Amino acid sequence: MNLQLVLEQILNGAQLGATLFLMAAGLTLIFGIMNLVNLAHGSFYMMGAYLAVTFYGWTGSLVLGVLLALPATMLIGVVIEFVALRTLYQRDHLDQVLATFGLILFFNELIAIVWGRVGLFTDLPDWLSGTVDFGEAFSYPLYRLVILAVGIAVAIGLWVMVARTRLGMLVRAGASNRTMVAALGVNIRLLYTLVFGLGTALAGLAGAMVAPVYAVQPGMGDPVLIQAFVVIAIGGIGSIRGALAGALIVGMVDTLGRAFLKPLLATLISPPAAQSAGPALASMLIYLLMAAVLALRPEGLFPARGR
Amino acid sequence: MRLGRRRVVLLALVLLLAAAPPAAILLGQPFYIDLLRRVMIFAIAAVSLDLILGYGGMVSFGHAAYLGAGAYAVTILALYGVHDGLLQWAAAIGASMLLALAIGSISVRTSGIYFIMITLAFTQMLYYLGISLDVYGGDNGMRLPMRSQFGGLIDLRNGTQFYYLVLALLVLVVLGVRRLVDSRFGMVIRAAKSNEARTRAIGFSPYRYRLAAFVIAGGICGLAGALLINHTAYLTPDLMHWTRSGDILFMVILGGIGSTVGPVLGALALLVLENALSNWTEHWQIVLGPLLVLVVLFARRGLAGLLWREGDDD
Repeated sequence: MNLQLVLEQILNGAQLGATLFLMAAGLTLIFGIMNLVNLAHGSFYMMGAYLAVTFYGWTGSLVLGVLLALPATMLIGVVIEFVALRTLYQRDHLDQVLATFGLILFFNELIAIVWGRVGLFTDLPDWLSGTVDFGEAFSYPLYRLVILAVGIAVAIGLWVMVARTRLGMLVRAGASNRTMVAALGVNIRLLYTLVFGLGTALAGLAGAMVAPVYAVQPGMGDPVLIQAFVVIAIGGIGSIRGALAGALIVGMVDTLGRAFLKPLLATLISPPAAQSAGPALASMLIYLLMAAVLALRPEGLFPARGR
Repeated sequence: MRLGRRRVVLLALVLLLAAAPPAAILLGQPFYIDLLRRVMIFAIAAVSLDLILGYGGMVSFGHAAYLGAGAYAVTILALYGVHDGLLQWAAAIGASMLLALAIGSISVRTSGIYFIMITLAFTQMLYYLGISLDVYGGDNGMRLPMRSQFGGLIDLRNGTQFYYLVLALLVLVVLGVRRLVDSRFGMVIRAAKSNEARTRAIGFSPYRYRLAAFVIAGGICGLAGALLINHTAYLTPDLMHWTRSGDILFMVILGGIGSTVGPVLGALALLVLENALSNWTEHWQIVLGPLLVLVVLFARRGLAGLLWREGDDD
C-alpha cells in the first residue's frame, strides 16, 4: 500500500461524496420543507444522465449537454410535482413512499422504451479526458476533479442561498413552520414548487455529470437513491450541513473500504478467507456505519433544528 | 360466531383457491396452479407485513430481507446435505427471526421516515451481501439441489400436493395473525400505533411489544421465503431486491391495510394483473406504476374497501 494509491482513493471518495451530496441535498431539502419522502429522486438522477447524453449527442458539446439537461430535468420534476405529488404533501409517509415507488416503476420503464434496456456509453471530449499531474509520480483524471469541483461549488452556492438570500430565508422559515409562513402571506405552493424544482435540478446535475464515466442504464438511479438515504440518515434528515457531512463520510468509507479492506483483512486472517470476506464486508460497510450512528444518535449527526 | 363480511370473503377465497387445481387441470391449464401457488406464498409474506404495518404502524420497506433469509437458510442447509423439511423450515423461520431481531432492535427505536429508510437500507445491504457470497451463487444465483423432504408424507415435487400445503399454511397464518392482533399483545401494538403517549401512560413500554411483533412478522415471512425457494428451486439475491419489498408493500395497500384478509386479495390481484399485463406487453411496468399512484391517491382502503365496511371486523 503506497501513498499514491491512498491519495487516489481519497480523491475517488471525495468525488463519490460530491455526487452523493448533490443527490442528498435535494432529498433533504424536499423532506425538510415539504415533509415529502421522495423515492422518485433517483429517477431524476437517471433522467439527468439520459438527457445529458442525448443533448451531448445532438450538440456535440458535453458542457452544453449538461447545461441543457438541467432545465429539462427541472421541468420534468415540476410537472411531476404538479400532477402527482402536490396531493401527497398532506398524506402520511406510507402513501408518499408507495406513490413515488410507482413513479420509479413508470420512469424506469419509460426510459427502457425510449432508449432501450442496454446501457449507453459516451466518451469524454478530448479536453476533459486528460489527467492532472501532481508532482512526479501521481496523476489523477481531470474529469473526476471537475466533478469534485462542481460539487464543492454547488455546496457553497447552496449555503449562500440558504443562509444569505431572501429565498433561503423563506426556505428556512418554511422548514420550521409552514403554516406561519403561509399566514404571513408567502405563496407556499410556489415555494414548494421552486424547492422541488431545485432539488430535481441537483439530482439531474449529479446524473448528467457522471453520465460520461458510469454506464447510463434504466434503474441506474435506484442504488444511488438508497445511498443518498443512508447519507441523510447519517447526517440528520432536513439538514444540508448533515447532507454534506454524511455524503463525505459515506463517499470515503465506501471507496476506501472497497479499496483497502481486502488487503487489510489479509494481514489478519488467511488470504483466501479475506478474498471472499473483503468484498462482502466492503459492500456492507456504509450500512453498518449507519446502524452504528443511529444506535448512538437516532436523529443523525446534525439534527435539523426547529422540528 | 357471527359471519361478518370479512369472514365470508375469507371463506369464499379459501374455497375458490381449494377448487382451483382440479379446475385448472380440467381446463388443461396447469400453469394456473403454479401462478396461484406463487400468489399464496406472497400472500403469506403480505399478511406478515400487514401485522406490523397495518396494526403496528411500522412502514417496513425491507420485508424482502426475510424472504431472502428463509430462502438462503433452506438452500445452505440443502447444500450441506440437510434435506429434512421440518428442520430446514424451522431454520428458515429461526434465521429470519434473528435477522428481524437485529434489524428491529435498531429500526424500531425510530419512527416515520427514519424507520422507512433504515429498513430499506438494511435490505439493500443484505442484497449486496447475497451478491458477494460467491459460495452460494453470488450474483447469478444457484439451483436448489433438492426440494425439502417430508419423509414421504408430502412430496413437494408434486405440484398439487405442494399447492394444498401452501394453502393450509396460508389459512393458518391468516387465522394466527388474526388471533394475535385480537389478543392482549395485539391490543398493545394497536394502542401504541394510535397513541404512543397514552400507551406509555397506562404502563406499557411500546418498544418491546413492537420489536416482538417485528420479529414475529419476520419469522412468518421467513416461512414464505422457505416456500418460495421450494417453489422456484432457484436461489438468487434478487429475492431481496428492494423493489420486491415495494411489491409486498403494494400488495398490502392494494388489498387493504390492517385487514389481514385484504393482503391476500392484494397478492392475488397484483400477481394476476402482473401476469396478464406481461402477457400483453413487455413494458407492463409502465401501466403498473401509474396504477399504483392512482390506488394510493384514490383508493385508500384498497380492495377491502370495496368488499366490507371499516370496523366490520368479524
